[in-house]
Amino acid sequence: MNIHEYQAKQCFAKYGVPTPRGIIANTPDQAVANAGQLGGNIWVVKAQIHAGGRGLGGGVKLAKSKEEVREFATEILGMTLVTHQTGPEGKLVHKVYIEEGADIKDELYLSVVLDRAAEMPIIMASTEGGMDIETVAENTPEKIIKIAVDPAYGFQGYHGRELVFGLGISDKNEQRKLIDFASKLYNLYMENDAEMIEINPLIKTTSGDFIALDGKVGFDDSALGRHPEIEDMRDISEEDPDEREASQYGLSYIALDGEIGCMVNGAGLAMGTMDTINYMGGTPANFLDVGGSANAETVAKGFEIILKNPNVKAIFVNIFGGIVRCDRIANGIIEATKLTDVHVPVIVRLDGTNAPEAAEILKNAKIENLIVGTDLGDGAAKAVAAAKGEL
Amino acid sequence: MSILVNKDTKVIVQGFTGGEGTFHAEQCLAYGTKIVGGVTPGKGGQTHLDKPVFNTVREAVKATGATVSMVFVPPAFVADAVMEAAAAGIELAVIITEGAPVRDMQAAKACAVKNGMMTIGPNCPGVITADECKIGIMPGMIFKKGNVGLISKSGTLTYEGANQVCNEGYGISTAVGIGGDPIIGLSYIQLLQMFEEDPETEAIVMIGEIGGDLEIQAATYIKANITKPVVAFIAGQTAPPGKRMGHAGAIISGSAGTAKEKMDALSAAGVEVVVSPAEIGKAVSKVLS
Repeated sequence: MNIHEYQAKQCFAKYGVPTPRGIIANTPDQAVANAGQLGGNIWVVKAQIHAGGRGLGGGVKLAKSKEEVREFATEILGMTLVTHQTGPEGKLVHKVYIEEGADIKDELYLSVVLDRAAEMPIIMASTEGGMDIETVAENTPEKIIKIAVDPAYGFQGYHGRELVFGLGISDKNEQRKLIDFASKLYNLYMENDAEMIEINPLIKTTSGDFIALDGKVGFDDSALGRHPEIEDMRDISEEDPDEREASQYGLSYIALDGEIGCMVNGAGLAMGTMDTINYMGGTPANFLDVGGSANAETVAKGFEIILKNPNVKAIFVNIFGGIVRCDRIANGIIEATKLTDVHVPVIVRLDGTNAPEAAEILKNAKIENLIVGTDLGDGAAKAVAAAKGEL
Repeated sequence: MSILVNKDTKVIVQGFTGGEGTFHAEQCLAYGTKIVGGVTPGKGGQTHLDKPVFNTVREAVKATGATVSMVFVPPAFVADAVMEAAAAGIELAVIITEGAPVRDMQAAKACAVKNGMMTIGPNCPGVITADECKIGIMPGMIFKKGNVGLISKSGTLTYEGANQVCNEGYGISTAVGIGGDPIIGLSYIQLLQMFEEDPETEAIVMIGEIGGDLEIQAATYIKANITKPVVAFIAGQTAPPGKRMGHAGAIISGSAGTAKEKMDALSAAGVEVVVSPAEIGKAVSKVLS
């Protein structure tokens, strides 16, 4: 689960990680009032969406008067912001964060993420703050420092020394401040089951203080049960409504831009089915894993969600029954055709547990538009042909 | 021969009396797996599925001589259960449970390694040696005995792959579902090594997916160490970046962890890489004929 920048900074503040002062606003009036409350004569107006690259997309503006705060807040609130992370459809901005201006001497990069190879968290840092870290990793990998911290022993002095000397920070006072900053960030990561914390840029001010100018935090979905206060930060408007609806029925759904709707059991086979459709010259319209406990209701729901997408020209149901019994899926398909207007061809391939019973059920139901695929390759080929109107 | 488990392997079930534990323990017993008991704290002394129930893994190991544990406890208790198994001298814990927090698995894996216990999973279908021992949730009937070893991050792709291999007239020695979480137990390299050393296994099918770099490490290992033919499929060529595809670890981060880079690395290592899982059976037939 991801949170907004302003929420990330609330988490930072709780752990004593320095951030600029700021106040969230839902309207231009609130934005101006917030600027007044913060004081000073320069403010940053920042769009709050769950995606990076907001500045380049026009979602972050520097205001030098309250009139400008109003002007920029009016412009940004309600805009559809397109960045390299939102996809071409962009994201609607509901909130702006009004922040005091900062006095920037240097820009650094700092993050804490899980290193899957090392099987422990790593602190990643770079002098190339403000740049996309992927670009830095590609062009100048030597400018990225990685320090693994074993949770069994925690953040030690040497982790801090590797960090500050690696970044070329020689002033004792500055070293102490940055080590303190990093150790607090590590504690935040561990104690809250974070998946990723990224600060880009982390700035050094002319007076030698370190401040998180931006903040991005993601949490492990599997651990949210023990962090109700984090679950409270969830912003439903940032989530795809179809993906959310699907998840309430135990379905894992992700919309894609192709023409063939897919309903599959198991995440790997679901991806493999999309790949097979692609290999045979078709395009998948979605990823959909019906999970291990699929029944008539969830299958019907799956059809409903798939058919909401107007691009869908055929549906491929590909089930290899292990725990999921094929006869249940067959009944689900029949149920779905009663509950939903299934107006496109449905290609069904059922294999594994109770597959012969399932074939019998489907045959007796005599459903229009239903085509049987004998195996994965045959089913995918028929789905591709059906989507092209060739079947 | 086979790897990891066989007809003599003594197995206990952690989370034995729960709904999932009961259902799948029953299926495993029906397959012929030597389940010698189970652990449910507070129910020690009872009998379940005609097998003894113990309060702790230590008691169960002492009384039964079990060396393998099949773990079905709820996600929040997985780390505790795995650490208990490690402390009690279990040699292999097969963790079926889905949804264990990553921080917990980090600690559990570190503890297992320290105690010399192997783990498989979590969030996996388990391990099966055809016609001998099934520890997990896979449908046993599709695994016919044969000479192909199978390693997979995905449950249903394991079934798909095994089914195709058997339809081509070959069979499975042992199949291992390693799971698709960010932190997992036994991985490709250790299992490739076991299959290389297993005289019964003549070819290896390796099924991977987007996210992380385990398949890339495996490619390097195969090139240097594996003499048996390997067939591979990587799921997620059509997956969009930044989206978690069902499995917690199946995510392309920026430009890293794509199917293409993994397929290229495996091809370069001499592996027979298929573009669609529908081609797995034919590819096995090709490398074995």
